[in-house]
Amino acid sequence: MPAVEFDQVAKTYAGARGTVRALDGVSFSIDEGEFFGLLGPNGAGKTTLISVLGGLTRAGSGRVTVMGHDVVTGYAAARKSLGVVPQELVFDPFFSVRECLRIQSGYFGLRRNDAWIDELLASLGLADKADVNMRALSGGMKRRVLVAQALVHKPPVIVLDEPTAGVDVELRQTLWQFVARLNKQGHTVLLTTHYLEEAEALCGRIAMLKQGRVVALDRTANLLAGTSHQMLRFKTDDALPPSLAASARVTGRIAQVRAADVAQVEAVLARLREAGVRVEDLEIGRADLEDVFLEIMQGVPAERPA
Amino acid sequence: MKLEGARTLFLKEVLRFWKVSFQTVGAPVLTAVLYLLIFGHVLEDHVQVFDGVGYTSFLIPGLVMMSVLQNSFANSSSSLIQSKITGNLVFLLLTPLSHWAWFTAYVGASMVRGLTVGSGVFLVTVWFAPPQFAQPWWILVFAALGAGMLGALGLIAGLWADKFDQMAAFQNFIIMPMTFLSGVFYSVHSLPPFWQALSHLNPFFYMIDGFRRGFFGASDVSPWLSLGVVGTSFVLVSAVALRLLAAGYKIRS
Repeated sequence: MPAVEFDQVAKTYAGARGTVRALDGVSFSIDEGEFFGLLGPNGAGKTTLISVLGGLTRAGSGRVTVMGHDVVTGYAAARKSLGVVPQELVFDPFFSVRECLRIQSGYFGLRRNDAWIDELLASLGLADKADVNMRALSGGMKRRVLVAQALVHKPPVIVLDEPTAGVDVELRQTLWQFVARLNKQGHTVLLTTHYLEEAEALCGRIAMLKQGRVVALDRTANLLAGTSHQMLRFKTDDALPPSLAASARVTGRIAQVRAADVAQVEAVLARLREAGVRVEDLEIGRADLEDVFLEIMQGVPAERPA
Repeated sequence: MKLEGARTLFLKEVLRFWKVSFQTVGAPVLTAVLYLLIFGHVLEDHVQVFDGVGYTSFLIPGLVMMSVLQNSFANSSSSLIQSKITGNLVFLLLTPLSHWAWFTAYVGASMVRGLTVGSGVFLVTVWFAPPQFAQPWWILVFAALGAGMLGALGLIAGLWADKFDQMAAFQNFIIMPMTFLSGVFYSVHSLPPFWQALSHLNPFFYMIDGFRRGFFGASDVSPWLSLGVVGTSFVLVSAVALRLLAAGYKIRS
């Protein structure tokens, strides 16, 4: 039995400019114990898919199960199996950290849960904040509480929707160590993130969404191996020639240019020389997940058949 | 397990208003006392409602019931809209709680708030006129039913409203007129026939009339009629609230 299964999930929203097809027949499943990444640009449908999984949104058609329980007809059992860390930094301003966690436990029918709550607080570096009101916490601390709230009922499936957006390095480390430990203990993890190096490091398998459709679904290693591309990374103050600029990624002074294979590397360098581009700190390396991601997002036609 | 979830939500909703009780209990008690001081003082010698019942004595149960109704409504409606607007309703939406659990917890906590404020108003106003308890069971029945109905109505308003001003409109254009035109400050028998007939279409009138019956043993209409109207209204409003919750109206897109 898969931990999570999406079967032909579709969802259409009525938007200001006609209907928006947020999910267009998404199907894939996640096995128990997997660390699974869900990637895609903004608006690809990642959060909608997670909302359908958590029961926050109802799919227009298709079926979703968590540990075999249908999220609509068996919602109580499905939600007990699921812990969702929402993307938005939300909190209840009336309560302290411990009160919030006790209340969340109670919703799941757990009255005496303080041993696990203490463990969560310690693991997430919140022990000294237990009796502090939520309002008084910094953004990073509130984010930790969100993670703790999602885990109070020890769900077998954990969903993290961009948990590291705007989060400092220390919290990222704490969070990933903790989540990796839970994954080792057998929890299934579904992660959406914009930080592709995180996905590359953590996820065994990855699905990529584009305009509500799955455009790639494979083991992370296979996705990386599937590309023979080489990346040239260098710093420059000069403008790239138009033939390279179209496919280059430029971040400040750093430019990354793709070469189809090793032989093409020389051709790229020749074009840079011809254009008189002065290059510093040149590195040539294998494509990473970000390159694969961009390749897939740019390469797959998004148009639907008429 | 199921009961524990509903019980937790109920306690959370009670704690939520209790933590700010100065504002949620203290303020409405003060408002009711001000009404009593002003209207009681001005009208005491001018208005005769029931035989042998002074105006201040007559007014107290009306003010108590008005406080019960308004605060029951305020509890569920303000809690829901705040959670919707701040986004923390997601913590509840992700739980296995059924629509029945949501309903009993929100309405139950609203009743606690309404009855707490009502008791507070009663305890303070008792010093202005010695109370009578002619048929005390009516007091309890109508206070509980009225609080429950307004708690359920607050739930509907909280689900429906997307913004605080929509909530204010619901309160100012529906709840306030229905409360004020229900006979809190007067007996509807003193009204011209048209307004009297109109008042009889207002379920709030039956709540206050039945409630007052418990104190004085006298009322504008039979308490059994009032019980029938209020009971039916409560069932109808509850059915709508449950239906909206089950459908996830405006909370599950």
